[in-house]
Amino acid sequence: MNKGVAITGMGIISAIGNNVAENYDALINEKKGITRVDHIETIQREEIMVGEIKFTNDELIAQLNLSPENNYSRTAMLGVIAAKEAIADAGINDIKKFKTGIVSGTSVGGMDMTEKYYYQYLTEKEPQKYIESHHAGDSTQKIAEQLGIEESLVTTISTACSSAANAIMLGARLIKSGKLDRVVVGGADCLSKFTINGFKTLMILSDTYNTPFDENRKGLNLGEAAAFLVLESDEVIKAENKKVLAYVKGYGNANDAFHQTASSDNGDGATLAMEKALKVAGIKPSEIDYINAHGTATGNNDLSEGRAILRIFGNEMPEFSSTKAFTGHTLAAAGAIEAVYSVLALQNNVIFPNLNFKTPMKEFSMIPQTELKKKELNTVLSNSFGFGGNCSAVIFSKEA
Amino acid sequence: MSELKEELKAKIIEQLNLEDVAVADIADDDALFGDGLGLDSIDALELIVMLDKDYGIRLSDPKEGRKIFESVQVMADYIQEHRTK
Amino acid sequence: MKKVYINSIASISPQKTFDNTIFLDEIIDYNDTVIFVQDPDYKQYIPPAAARRMAKGIKMGVVASKIAMDEAGIETVDAIITGTGMGCMIDSEKFVSAIIDNNEQYLTPTSFIQSTHNTVAGQIALGMECKAYNFTYVHSAISFEAALLDAKMQLENAEATHILVGGVEELGEHTTKVHRVINHIKPEAVTISEVLNSKTKGAVFSEGTNFFVISNQRRESCYAELVAIETFNTLQKDRVSEAIEAFLKENNLKADDIDVVVFGNNGDVDFDGFYNQLSKGIFSKTQQVFYKHLVGENNTVSAFGVWLASKILKTQSIAEIVKINKINPSKIKTVLCYNQYRGQNHSLVLLKKC
Repeated sequence: MNKGVAITGMGIISAIGNNVAENYDALINEKKGITRVDHIETIQREEIMVGEIKFTNDELIAQLNLSPENNYSRTAMLGVIAAKEAIADAGINDIKKFKTGIVSGTSVGGMDMTEKYYYQYLTEKEPQKYIESHHAGDSTQKIAEQLGIEESLVTTISTACSSAANAIMLGARLIKSGKLDRVVVGGADCLSKFTINGFKTLMILSDTYNTPFDENRKGLNLGEAAAFLVLESDEVIKAENKKVLAYVKGYGNANDAFHQTASSDNGDGATLAMEKALKVAGIKPSEIDYINAHGTATGNNDLSEGRAILRIFGNEMPEFSSTKAFTGHTLAAAGAIEAVYSVLALQNNVIFPNLNFKTPMKEFSMIPQTELKKKELNTVLSNSFGFGGNCSAVIFSKEA
Repeated sequence: MSELKEELKAKIIEQLNLEDVAVADIADDDALFGDGLGLDSIDALELIVMLDKDYGIRLSDPKEGRKIFESVQVMADYIQEHRTK
Repeated sequence: MKKVYINSIASISPQKTFDNTIFLDEIIDYNDTVIFVQDPDYKQYIPPAAARRMAKGIKMGVVASKIAMDEAGIETVDAIITGTGMGCMIDSEKFVSAIIDNNEQYLTPTSFIQSTHNTVAGQIALGMECKAYNFTYVHSAISFEAALLDAKMQLENAEATHILVGGVEELGEHTTKVHRVINHIKPEAVTISEVLNSKTKGAVFSEGTNFFVISNQRRESCYAELVAIETFNTLQKDRVSEAIEAFLKENNLKADDIDVVVFGNNGDVDFDGFYNQLSKGIFSKTQQVFYKHLVGENNTVSAFGVWLASKILKTQSIAEIVKINKINPSKIKTVLCYNQYRGQNHSLVLLKKC
């Protein structure tokens, strides 16, 4: 077994809760956060369901105490809320005491403001402040500023829906290589007309509650969320006598190299990513106790991922579930959201249910865990796959 | 009918940006997907929007598209029968 | 820890740089505020069926990656890592404007799919059938350096042998317009000889791409050893010299040991001071070079700085057009690149002769 990287804090805001405790409460009480979209004016409203955070931008600005002149995109504000909770949870009072960086994943970035003021930018002075908030790195830059991270490594990954998983992966490698002592890793994405209409053109949005791994699945629900985890080196853990929540034990990224958006029939990329993660962790598939699947509830993903899981686990299939029926698919943030859920699963020895499942898929006999289940968990595998064939798997463990 | 077929060929070329293909290169019965013109699932989605926008035909399941877009001939027959504009 | 080498380079820029056999032999002058690349023959590299959905940035990235792979003489790599600050702007603009102009109706998927930031890395993988690690960094002016750092860590730890790393930026028409509005683009056209002394706000915006094969094996084509990379989200002007000296010290060097320093001056009167203080300060006796007058400013143009440094180290020559001062070192062993954009996202890349 190889040594993992310690997680000492986490923070989250999603459609099912504004912090870690609320998210856990919703998960164990089967309270999903899927509704019609309220804060975005779209003609698609009646045709889609979303996992929306029910704060308006003004409410978020007030919560964060931002000045009226601020140019925060919604992505940045959600990110700050989650990152601040993670830092507080890790008991960090002096961010400068150790060399601290941040790696965030986002795909939407500041697109919410760009699509709102696209043409106004050319003529109206007031919204022009948001022009500089468009690029993906802006939200991360702002989160760093809010946390007081200066003169350090601050970067952003955008590999579509695997972005945050990849941010966790890079963070772990930065700690292992000694480049940083402490890294805040995660991701943030807000809902936008851009993604709503984009996924709509792909005809993979469900008009009702998403049903991962169900034969009659109709597609995904988009969601918005942010989540961050604090990773710290062994030296910091020792020096500060830190409590460790769990460990990033293994990770792997591979490319399906099959199609721009669709996953290969046999899930080649997903299989490779899981194999690599197991190798980095130095464990066998049989040592995985629970899989938090990507499970977006699109026809293509669930079949491809299911087959990949079968290829790895065969007859030794652990319980698996997708939590996207709770939160919707939160795109670039998904890997971090589900990392938090994986750690919660480990901490509480509980497997979260795959809601809305009724009929097994005809292609295989895999049945997700549909009810909350108590089980002693030591290792959890979390999958995240994205456009461009990007496939990632991260393994979390209770012991180093 | 043959007018509609020519129109479809021109639209397919333009919409899907098939720079090196001319209307005359596409026979009515040529397969559009796979070995024929080599279109893929993204093209199918593009064509579904074209059916909606230009002929008032709405498909809700991309799988339906596969059958309709078998060839220009099949497409034209389908449009003839179902068009609302 | 294994040493890391830049084994091949490829650049598509507003200068004729896609041919590796020449080195700024002929300079194209511009008199503009936005400049575009000298196009290679994309069709020679990309089959029409694959090219039909590709916007400019994707084409540039795919072609540059092929040039770099060819020069390194390898068929595949253990990772593809790209950086892009703005991402696929052309398709993003197409999709946003279609949403607004058509009130969310009759939208087609192609531009949405292609707008994803990792499209270039994904397309390269698809073209190469490369199932390896595939990352895209999107952090403004350090997007490329983040990619380079990721690759370097993997190579040092022998997790990979060859990695394709690149930066790519395309210009979207609307994005250019809005950046004009907020004075990020120069108000008046400037020629390449005037850029540095333009005394106006903003930069000459550009598009372009630079790809490299970096490896933990030194190949015959080797340009340079990649010694160290550091990035800073913030750095106050009066902290820059100190930060550079600390970085050099970590690598057992002093400012005097640097034979050539590559600066990212873009002629923006508000921000060139970050470099000018070094020209007059710790690097006053060092040969200083710059390049943004030739290739403009974009989020990953600092990769052109690394391209320039690599060329200088390999050819042991410096074109007059890039010289800021005239120290003319007889031997060039160590080169440092420093870049920042609008006072943020600073980067240092240290290269040595291989």
